[in-house]
Amino acid sequence: MRKFEKLTSAIVPLNIENIDTDQIIPARFLKATTREGFGENLFRDWRYNGDNTLKTDFVLNNPAFKGRILVAGKNFGCGSSREHAAWAIQDAGFDVVISSFFADIFKGNALNNGLLPIQVSDEFLAEIFSTVGQDNTAPLDVDLEAQTVTNVVTGSKTDFEINPYKKSCLINGYDDIDFILNQKQLVVEFEQNR
Amino acid sequence: MSKTLVEKIWDAHVVKSEVGFPDILYIDTHLIHEVTSPQAFDGLRKRGLPVFRPQQTVATADHNVPTLNQLQPIKEELSRYQVDMLTKNCAEFGIELYGLGHPFQGIVHVIGPELGITLPGKTMVCGDSHTSTHGAFGAIAFGIGTSQVEQVFATQCLLQQKPKTMKIEVNGELGQGVTAKDIILYIIAKISAAGGTGYFIEYAGSTIEALSMEARMTICNMSIEMGARGGLIAPDQTTFDYIKGREFAPAGEEWDKSLAYWKTLYSDADAQFDSVLTFDATDISPMITYGTNPGMGMGIAEHIPSTASQVSSEQASFQKALDYMGIEQDTELVGKPIDYVFIGSCTNSRMEDLREVAEFVKGRQKAENVTVWIVPGSKQIEQQAIAEGLDKIFEAAGFQLREPGCSACLGMNEDKIPAGKYCVSTSNRNFEGRQGPDSRTFLASPLTAAAAAITGRVTDVRTLLNESAHA
Repeated sequence: MRKFEKLTSAIVPLNIENIDTDQIIPARFLKATTREGFGENLFRDWRYNGDNTLKTDFVLNNPAFKGRILVAGKNFGCGSSREHAAWAIQDAGFDVVISSFFADIFKGNALNNGLLPIQVSDEFLAEIFSTVGQDNTAPLDVDLEAQTVTNVVTGSKTDFEINPYKKSCLINGYDDIDFILNQKQLVVEFEQNR
Repeated sequence: MSKTLVEKIWDAHVVKSEVGFPDILYIDTHLIHEVTSPQAFDGLRKRGLPVFRPQQTVATADHNVPTLNQLQPIKEELSRYQVDMLTKNCAEFGIELYGLGHPFQGIVHVIGPELGITLPGKTMVCGDSHTSTHGAFGAIAFGIGTSQVEQVFATQCLLQQKPKTMKIEVNGELGQGVTAKDIILYIIAKISAAGGTGYFIEYAGSTIEALSMEARMTICNMSIEMGARGGLIAPDQTTFDYIKGREFAPAGEEWDKSLAYWKTLYSDADAQFDSVLTFDATDISPMITYGTNPGMGMGIAEHIPSTASQVSSEQASFQKALDYMGIEQDTELVGKPIDYVFIGSCTNSRMEDLREVAEFVKGRQKAENVTVWIVPGSKQIEQQAIAEGLDKIFEAAGFQLREPGCSACLGMNEDKIPAGKYCVSTSNRNFEGRQGPDSRTFLASPLTAAAAAITGRVTDVRTLLNESAHA
């Protein structure tokens, strides 16, 4: 896993609530057997018409919005356990997803892949959407070590929570399998003693 | 110290618990299928690791298998490749596979219980969010991502934070035409598609206790649709009777030992839940969803809410959902013409569902404008339906009984609802494009779906039940 520390970037705003994993990556694109290439079909049915032409009114197709931070409405990532959703977002060039509420499995999948999900208040989220509404290049500053997000234009800053173990995984670029493999003897003992 | 059921099972599976770290949770059974496993097998190869406990892993092919001529080579190249990969991976890593052509093949959440693999007190995971289904037996069962599938392959464990617990009590008698699916759609409509996030939910109360195992599975299956990690129900005599004699269920001395343990699996009377909700069964009527998440549901005779009645920050999303569905705020759904009926999925593809539908449609005919697909949850259910003559009843009514798989629940195979068309579906998700690009889904119970098939419109099944009573 790639190491993550700090990021300052413009954002791509997706002010829609309850974005489910079927929108992030529709089921018909889950047939690949590797982790690569899902970005092409990220938000497939919102991005493309039936004849595969681009829908010009969708924000991901608007060249005015470029950035490594996806900002979305409340309850992002609900629905399926498909990790392909996290892979697709990362593959499309995002390192961070910000919302005021995340579905559990999506959040876990994101963290397991070094994609940082940041939960902020409804008010802070509304301010980001408002700032980017006036200036589409308005950047956010994400500091994982300090656990803060700053709206650079307004100067508003907020703390965010992350499990300390997961934080260290992201910063050091290691994963859960490494962690448990190091304690495998305990697993064997558990099996013998039950 | 008194404990909830979740805490009892959780604590019995903790390999290590350390402050500042998630628990190392031991997993008894790992279920896998073709869609979320290939990258996990690849990960093992890259790390040079075997599957640590292959005998605790069970595989089936379900998500993108055809439901017609299942044994011919799969036409769709990518689907065929994914199913072939599963076969190859299972052979290489020593995992039992119930693939196409095997008498045990079926939807992963249908075959687990059917084969006696799903048991009280177990921890069970699968790379599929509807793993919550298995909670109906009093197990901790939840969906995981592919990285975690790899983790369970490698270690038979998962790093997990202990979840918060919620108790949802439903008491009282269900009204005419009201089934388990209506109970769960009602609860989700009440608490929203995010109302259970972060929780494990224990369903309790007299209404739940009176349900059959199959109905309990329907309830637990949709726990994920309110954001919960899982749902479960304390095992009781109904549970034990269901399990006894199944293919892989404990037998003989092992049965007695298991039963004695299972009887300890309940929340202590003074156990503390983080949240408790109570509902009255008599408030529940046949339900239907009108929008694009399972929380957008209502009693079938009610009006779609008005956009103005929503919280202001949610009005745009609400209106977007109605526009997608091609429906108007504050109108009725009853009478709306529909194009497809899908009876299947891990929510409602079991024997009891098929029997209920057959009983209702016997002597009736589907409306001309509607295509009706009945997709059983497993090969065993398909065979049983034929043995009971249900196939003849369906055929006479113009319904197609197909072969088992996930089918039009998510349309990874050929079974898709065309753009703009309406489907009354017994599946668990009405997301935009879920059943095919630009398809429109109304979620409902098998009975309500069957009523729609007969009339060709969204129908309050109670009006037809009364009709037959008068006949």
